[in-house]
Amino acid sequence: MNTNATTMNKDKPRKNWLVMFIHKMGSPPWFYGFSGKLIPWLWAIFAALTIWGLYLGLVKAPADYQQGESFRIMYLHVPSAWMSMLIYTSMAIMGFIALVWRIRIMEILAMSSAPVGAAFTIIALASGSLWGRPTWGTYWVWDARLTSELVLLFLYLGVIGLYNAIDEPRKAARAACLLALVGAVNLPIIHYSVKWWNTLHQGSSISVTGGSNIDPSMLWPLLIMAFAVKFYYGANLLTRARVKLLEQDKRKGWVKKIIKERES
Amino acid sequence: MSHTPFIWAAYSIGTVVLLWCALAPLIHKKAVIRDIRKLSQIEERNRDSHS
Repeated sequence: MNTNATTMNKDKPRKNWLVMFIHKMGSPPWFYGFSGKLIPWLWAIFAALTIWGLYLGLVKAPADYQQGESFRIMYLHVPSAWMSMLIYTSMAIMGFIALVWRIRIMEILAMSSAPVGAAFTIIALASGSLWGRPTWGTYWVWDARLTSELVLLFLYLGVIGLYNAIDEPRKAARAACLLALVGAVNLPIIHYSVKWWNTLHQGSSISVTGGSNIDPSMLWPLLIMAFAVKFYYGANLLTRARVKLLEQDKRKGWVKKIIKERES
Repeated sequence: MSHTPFIWAAYSIGTVVLLWCALAPLIHKKAVIRDIRKLSQIEERNRDSHS
């Protein structure tokens, strides 16, 4: 009985802190201030990790015995491809939360994710194509992995287009969130395409459960780059969300106060 | 076939796309702040003319 009471007392402040944080995140002025403090740190970590990862990947790692120097495109291609899927997943989850609980910050975050996801998808497609030319002998083939990744780009563009096509921002966000949710069906298709179909694109070289068949000197730069781009997404997402908040709340007092403070 | 041009092209495209993606919201923010300032000036002018 005493043990339970102690546990409850220990959990209470932690739960309160979490609930308070979630409530605060829903407040536009608090979100604007908090994200403004966080963004420079995210950019700094992204820059440091990218410099470190690219140095190890482009300078230190040896050339591949089969692919030669062209394997170095992997340090851009693989993190971008992973990000294209991760950002879509987070956009769909935030879209779901926005649709069910009608949280405006979630709508804004989901819609701010789409251009960043589209950028990573473009990089994944372009860098993959430039890797394919010396390795496969062609820039493009209509195999399942490449085609489903191209469909992902069209889904991102569809979400951005739909959001911009409707004047009322909340109505627009709800319609675009619904499209993002429906489009999430493409994610398992991209992931399992190399298993379900006979593709020119190679299978996974790294798995969370099964380890990796890449040499550590080549693997570490890849993992560092994959970690670095998460910070790019965080910084870019928050920057975009802050601008959208200013735009939507331009008639509200807290925005006018911030602009006045900038002027003085 | 030399692989160097392909590596340069891939990283150049990556840099341009990521830079544009990072700068676009900052450019948009400037325009939004300009709009808000204009809106505040119009509101102040209207308030002055009514009082």
